[in-house]
Amino acid sequence: MVFEIPKINYTGKIKEVSIGAGPKALKIGGEGCYPFYLFEGEMPNPPKVAFEVWDHTPQDWQEWALQPFKDVIHDPVAWAKKCIDVYGAEIIALQLKSADPNGLNKDVEDVVAVVKNVADAIDVPLIVWGTANDEKDAALLRRVAEVCEGKNVAIGPVSEKNYKQVGAMAIGYGQVVLSSTPIDVNLAKQLNILLGNLGVSDEKIAVDPTTGGLGYGLEYSYSVMERDRMAALTQEDAKLQYPIICNLAHEVWKTKETRLKKEDDPKLGDERKRSILMEAIAAMSLLIGGADVVIMRHPESVSLVKEIIKELMG
Amino acid sequence: MEDLSSNNESGCLLSHFLEKISKRKRGDYMALTGIQIFKLLPKTNCGECKYPTCLAFAMALAAGKAELDACPHVTPAARGQLSEASAPPIRQVVIGTGDYEVKIGGETVLFRHEKTFFNKPGFAILIMDSMDDGEVNKRFSKLAQFQYERVGLTLRPELVALKETGNKERFIELVKKACNEPYSIILMSYDPSIMKEALEISKGKKPLIYAATIDNHEAFGALAKDYACPLAVKGEGLEEVASLVEKLNGMGLKDLVIDTSTRAIKEGFQEQIIIRRAALMGKYKPFGFPTIVFPSEMTDNPMKETLIASCFVAKYAGIIVMSDFEGESIFPLLLQRLNIYTDPQRPMTTQEGIYPINNPDEKSPVLVTCNFSLTYFIVSGEIENSRIPSWLCVMDTEGLSVMTAWAAGKFVGDAVGAFIKKCGITDKVQHKKVIIPGYAAAILGDLEEELPEWEILVGPREAAHIPAYLRMQKS
Repeated sequence: MVFEIPKINYTGKIKEVSIGAGPKALKIGGEGCYPFYLFEGEMPNPPKVAFEVWDHTPQDWQEWALQPFKDVIHDPVAWAKKCIDVYGAEIIALQLKSADPNGLNKDVEDVVAVVKNVADAIDVPLIVWGTANDEKDAALLRRVAEVCEGKNVAIGPVSEKNYKQVGAMAIGYGQVVLSSTPIDVNLAKQLNILLGNLGVSDEKIAVDPTTGGLGYGLEYSYSVMERDRMAALTQEDAKLQYPIICNLAHEVWKTKETRLKKEDDPKLGDERKRSILMEAIAAMSLLIGGADVVIMRHPESVSLVKEIIKELMG
Repeated sequence: MEDLSSNNESGCLLSHFLEKISKRKRGDYMALTGIQIFKLLPKTNCGECKYPTCLAFAMALAAGKAELDACPHVTPAARGQLSEASAPPIRQVVIGTGDYEVKIGGETVLFRHEKTFFNKPGFAILIMDSMDDGEVNKRFSKLAQFQYERVGLTLRPELVALKETGNKERFIELVKKACNEPYSIILMSYDPSIMKEALEISKGKKPLIYAATIDNHEAFGALAKDYACPLAVKGEGLEEVASLVEKLNGMGLKDLVIDTSTRAIKEGFQEQIIIRRAALMGKYKPFGFPTIVFPSEMTDNPMKETLIASCFVAKYAGIIVMSDFEGESIFPLLLQRLNIYTDPQRPMTTQEGIYPINNPDEKSPVLVTCNFSLTYFIVSGEIENSRIPSWLCVMDTEGLSVMTAWAAGKFVGDAVGAFIKKCGITDKVQHKKVIIPGYAAAILGDLEEELPEWEILVGPREAAHIPAYLRMQKS
């Protein structure tokens, strides 16, 4: 009798999805093993970090979060360009915060104009992230799909409530759909099936599992991704074999632990470094859990995470 | 960055080693089968174990569904053999005593969702014999200072790693000093005579002895035995560790902690996975022990060191030794450790009660929610963000979220109404208005009946919209 091999028999593989167009287009996904388990499988496309850019000037950012962008914070196009030119962004994630019905509730066309300007100004892949309000996103993301024709952008979050409207336009204009469900393997699978039935091809789906911040439900996202990956890679669950994108930045930076200054609570230490490490550690955890792309805010968190990705990939 | 070629080489070595352990005979390391266990039982079928026959009991033992203690008639000899075989695949090792005792190992799964991770990794701060008093005191005081209350738990680093680098007198001084502190201790020296002296002083604190190597393992094994302290085993790579563990097991030592000496990030990370795999999937006994890792020796950049440590929190370290830490670095690691080691089978709860946020007064709004701790954190965080002074009444829903608690009949009109009356909020505010979660809008009618003098307002469904809602209410 032979000793049981402590290796996993991977029977599935994550699908490769291209985002962007032209020379800087990227492939995400494609892995045939658990994240960074390179002794028994391959990750042809190392996980990526996307820099977030807001579509309007953020009102409540910490000064240490604003500092790297203070010269461009009022101009989404300049902001995106700075991320690319100065901080080496490989992907831009445009957050359509101003459209939120619970906030500024800007008109669809005003917001779409910003999206178009950013999309036209950059050459790296673009993720466009809506408001997570199903109705507003249905109208907004449809138009986003339209004005970004030919750019192969990733648009979401697309939910069970608006997948038909957004999905149909994404198919029409060749965009990638971010299939979004609230931290649940079965719901994720179900929405992917619905998108498939609608006609969205496998190469045009990425998954948003819903992201919890460090200390605020990170473990739920972590475990749901691990379960997704287990089903996808070892149980041949084809409808979970999609790359995962985690919209992390805001989940970390909105917490009080990134807002308190050292003088408010000395044992929490330097607020700037603490916030950067909170974002970086949350991102690293999500990457180890199975994320293919993490959307982040601070250039220093990003470079720390990129460095560790590079080391783990060897 | 590591040189690419050397990384590839190590990668090959790892695969080669996996092949090798995979070819070992199953019987060498596998736990006993039901039949093998049956042979060691009294075979009286007395039924006192609550199983009808000894065979049924044996099968249950083999499946890990029964405890050997349930059999009152098993002979001591058989008990010895069986407890060896039925021991958990990764030994639980205890370092230290009292309040700061650290339990590591004892894990049974590769992924937390398969059951839970039991024993969170201990964080240690390095203190060296080359450091002056000022630095040493500062490091001890960091362990006292960096403690954080959260969900009824205290998050804190637990250990000091005292390292001898040639100054024996100073090292012994440090050991004496550490014995007067509550923290658990790791003694780091490769010299048996120095270690003996240190153990003589600190044995009552049950320190971790670091480390037995290929050169000193006989002397260190004897020390660990004499002083009844856990022993770290440091080999150059997986194979040497395995052979050292077997030798030390042969000396009767069971409380071991593994260090593979690997300080490259990629290989170090992969080895943690391989060790856990070999112990759980391969039942490979030499790796059935918790591990110790040294981010302190993997980079000179404290920010990067913190991130390396986070990789080991996720993947399987037992002890994580840091070159140093500050509040800004240890706090995020403690949060991550809390998240990863939270039992996914049991919701975390917040204590029922009234939580004042942003210094509320008798005119401030009153919100009510459930005691699922994640809900509490998010809701209280958003109220804080709004900067509007408010009272948050947290009702015990047994850790269920608002929707689930509503569906389970726990967050319903009668219950919420009774809670509002008795929780004491009426003593704190002059008004009679309460905001209920948007997801509980369905309880509005019942709650109005239960609280006839109150105005019930339905808040937003998503916590993120609370600040806007509160601002709107205010204006």
